[in-house]
Amino acid sequence: MPSPKRIGKIDFGLLSPKEIRQMSVRKIIWADTYDDDGFPYPQGLMDLHLGVIDPGLRCKTCSQKSGECPGHFGHIELAKPVIHVGYTRLIRKLLRVTCRECGRLLLSSDEIEKIIGTDISATGDSLTEKDIKKERICPHCGEQQLKINFEKPTTFAEIATDERGKKVENKLTPADIRARLEKIPDEDLRHLGIDPVVARPEWTVLTVLPVPPVTMRPSIILENGQRSEDDLTHKLVDIIRINQRFKENQDAGAPQLIIEDLWELLQYHVTTYHDNEVAGCPPARHRSGRPLKTLSQRLKGKDGRFRGSLSGKRVNFSSRTVISPNPNLSIIEVGIPLRIANEMTIPIRVTQFNIEELREIVRNGPDREDVRDPCGANYAIRPDKRRVRLTKGATSEDGNLEFIAEQMEPGWTIERHLRDGDIVLFNRQPSLHRMSIMAHRVKVMDGKTFRLNPAVCPPYNADFDGDEMNLHIPQTEEARAEAFLLASVQENILSPRFGGPIIGGIHDHISGIFMLTHTRRWFNKGDAISMLQNCDIKRMGEPDKIEDDVPYWTNKQIFSHILPPTLNMVFQASSCENCDQCLRENCDRDAYVRIVDGELLCGTIDKKAIGAFDGAIVHRIIRQYGYARAVQFIDDVTRLSIRAIMYDGFTFAIDDEDLSKSDYGQIREVLERATHDVGRRIQIYEDGQLEPMPGRTEEETLEMQIMQVLGKARDNTGEIAGRHLGLSNSAVVMAVSGARGSMLNLTQMAGCVGQQAVRGERIMRGYEDRTLPHFKKGNRGAEGHGFVKNSYKSGLNPTEFFFHAIGGREGLVDTAVRTSQSGYLQRRMINALQDLKVAYDGTVRTTGGRIIQFNYGEDSTDPMKSSFGQPVDVKGIVENILKEAV
Amino acid sequence: MALIAQQLNVLKHEMVPEHSIMTDEEVQALFSRYEISAEHLPKIYHDDPAVIATNARISDVIKIVRKSRTAGRAESYRLVVKRPKK
Ligand SMILES: [Mg+2]
Ligand SMILES: [Zn+2]
Ligand SMILES: [Zn+2]
Ligand SMILES: [Zn+2]
Repeated sequence: MPSPKRIGKIDFGLLSPKEIRQMSVRKIIWADTYDDDGFPYPQGLMDLHLGVIDPGLRCKTCSQKSGECPGHFGHIELAKPVIHVGYTRLIRKLLRVTCRECGRLLLSSDEIEKIIGTDISATGDSLTEKDIKKERICPHCGEQQLKINFEKPTTFAEIATDERGKKVENKLTPADIRARLEKIPDEDLRHLGIDPVVARPEWTVLTVLPVPPVTMRPSIILENGQRSEDDLTHKLVDIIRINQRFKENQDAGAPQLIIEDLWELLQYHVTTYHDNEVAGCPPARHRSGRPLKTLSQRLKGKDGRFRGSLSGKRVNFSSRTVISPNPNLSIIEVGIPLRIANEMTIPIRVTQFNIEELREIVRNGPDREDVRDPCGANYAIRPDKRRVRLTKGATSEDGNLEFIAEQMEPGWTIERHLRDGDIVLFNRQPSLHRMSIMAHRVKVMDGKTFRLNPAVCPPYNADFDGDEMNLHIPQTEEARAEAFLLASVQENILSPRFGGPIIGGIHDHISGIFMLTHTRRWFNKGDAISMLQNCDIKRMGEPDKIEDDVPYWTNKQIFSHILPPTLNMVFQASSCENCDQCLRENCDRDAYVRIVDGELLCGTIDKKAIGAFDGAIVHRIIRQYGYARAVQFIDDVTRLSIRAIMYDGFTFAIDDEDLSKSDYGQIREVLERATHDVGRRIQIYEDGQLEPMPGRTEEETLEMQIMQVLGKARDNTGEIAGRHLGLSNSAVVMAVSGARGSMLNLTQMAGCVGQQAVRGERIMRGYEDRTLPHFKKGNRGAEGHGFVKNSYKSGLNPTEFFFHAIGGREGLVDTAVRTSQSGYLQRRMINALQDLKVAYDGTVRTTGGRIIQFNYGEDSTDPMKSSFGQPVDVKGIVENILKEAV
Repeated sequence: MALIAQQLNVLKHEMVPEHSIMTDEEVQALFSRYEISAEHLPKIYHDDPAVIATNARISDVIKIVRKSRTAGRAESYRLVVKRPKK
């Protein structure tokens, strides 16, 4: 391989008419494509010199067959010059900065020097339109300049003043413009940043049009045998037709008006041929009314050549379906429907070592009927690259399975089905971080959905309300090795975002493990085994006590079975209230977790211990025992917690929000007192007695006081409800353990929904001096400005419902705005950072070797391998040695 | 009023990290340490207030010592270049 070369410079230029004629293999003069026999017209748009698309014919330029001939350009000689829409802004600029008479730049050499300095090549600066004053006199020939008007898409005009001082607009034809551009001297162009060798400005006005090869605008044959031409061909037909008519009219000496109209029509067709979405120009349409897809439309936008075909494209060996949960799968597995596993293949080379196994696979054929059946194969590829489809057939003679199995030998390749243990890439859009694509191991299953352990939902941000995910099958050994080593689930348990586990228990895992490990309970052998049956446990530990010859294990012992036997940890659970004086082992909420030698001595396991984003135990296991043990632990803890939650049962219903009669009385009392208090404060304000807070008006002070009083009232109702609802209530369990929801949600369900706000203030908008016609003008009371006294359980009254909808909409708008903004921000970040890498010397560099950061992260720490950002987990190490809190 | 007349030295501001011009020897040592030439360095414009305050010229290399949230102290080097006309 030749050594890589450095690109010194890239020139961007225009095609000159000379170059266009030079690269052309044929002058095209006929608008027709094919004759009645379906043969291309000579010098027509499908001329055989431009390349071939029909099989059987040979290219008249390179004499190659269809598929081998790359295609060749032709050209059309335009009867009159037309402007190229892509360059109208350049033309406008040049017309405005050069003399209409002599074509020179409207600046004296002194002025040029003042603006861009003496040596252009040193600075690379160039002149802009702003550097030249409008309508001045040419410093070279003294000609008075005229204002140039430009009207989209391609009309230019000069504004002159006639004898009576009236403004008159003189249209400039493309021929006039071309003549003016021709006059600009090369030297002046250099000052404008244009290299005249590769881009003379008059080349922006076309006199000859290249005709692209037929290979880039092939015609297709419809089912009814009719030919359907490409949009570009349609457009070229239009151009040639008008060009012809123009010539005929010109030769016949048609009146000026008709000539002008035809010229404009020619301009229109050439413009829409280049870009069919220009402002101020009706798009050219197909007979069906669909706008034509012309040159610019092929490149632009999401489905254009760049974003649609080059930086992203459709791929083979991929599949997509709905996802659903299965907590009995390992987090490193993904369940694949049998139908998909039978369609997706992996190519396996036949060697002397695997030939017998592959023979068996070939004999199994292309239709695996049951997930327990061994996998088959769909294709065999012979050493000469010929693909043979494996077919079963009714009898062994009909099919070719036995024949292929006998015939195959080392050198063949068999495309076998997916089977358990294969490495596949699994992805959910939007792919915002590296954990959005992870390598899983296949588990072929019944059903029609992809199955995954709910513990891997957080990195994908997946749920099961209809989400779909994609699957890709790496096809080579290298691809599989790379996917496994870099992208596998276990390698991605720790997030580089915060240096902690992003995979871990969610929802019921947390509720379940909380209910299992909270306080102290005893289970007999049957119950204990039924909870641990899905975990990888070899033997039960010693029971805690034996009563009447029956052994009992504590709940904490059951959990300890899945811990590594040498684990030592001390931490506060999610349910910890951060008391001023921590009672440690005697915590009345059992929130002080202490694990000594793999035994949970006290404390409750909840979100803090095993949850995604927290996962203290998961994190410690990774640092101490590695990823494989962590996978094992997460698998065990999710299975154990699901069994545990099923042991007690876990439901939530409308009557879980019921309170006692006296509670409702207290809540009513609290709300009445608060309303009363608000009324009293309004009275003080209206009497002018309110003492304003520093830096606030009296009105602002009143508003703040009202918000405070009502906020406190809602919290008080929450407290009343909370006193009644204990850990026997599922919502409380979920809130305390961190599984889902908060005590605030519970307050709003059972107690009082509280104040609705827009931008942090009470609702003030609506009618004049009031929010709704249900209230008196000037009313400042709680109900009139969005305070919802009711709970979600008791139901909202109509005005409350309306205020609630106002407050709720603010949240929706915020999220909608945020996602679109952060999405674009993300795109720009990725574009800026995607090719940076950390070099062996620790520097962050671009592909060109330029240094971005002298030391990665300034401390050379990989955040994924850090402990929540810290390079060393000192607390963990000390805890592990002392087996005590630090 | 008298206070305003006094020129502000940006380098004395607590938010501005330490900037200093490197000697030729230091620059050569830097280049050989990272196996780079001047064009691989991050850039800083000649009219940057901190560059003006250090009296650095175009093609000088400036050493910048910052407080770092991760490392405590971090060194960086920038090549002084002319700000292109826009
Ligand atoms: Mg969803
Ligand atoms: Zn050819
Ligand atoms: Zn002139
Ligand atoms: Zn406590």
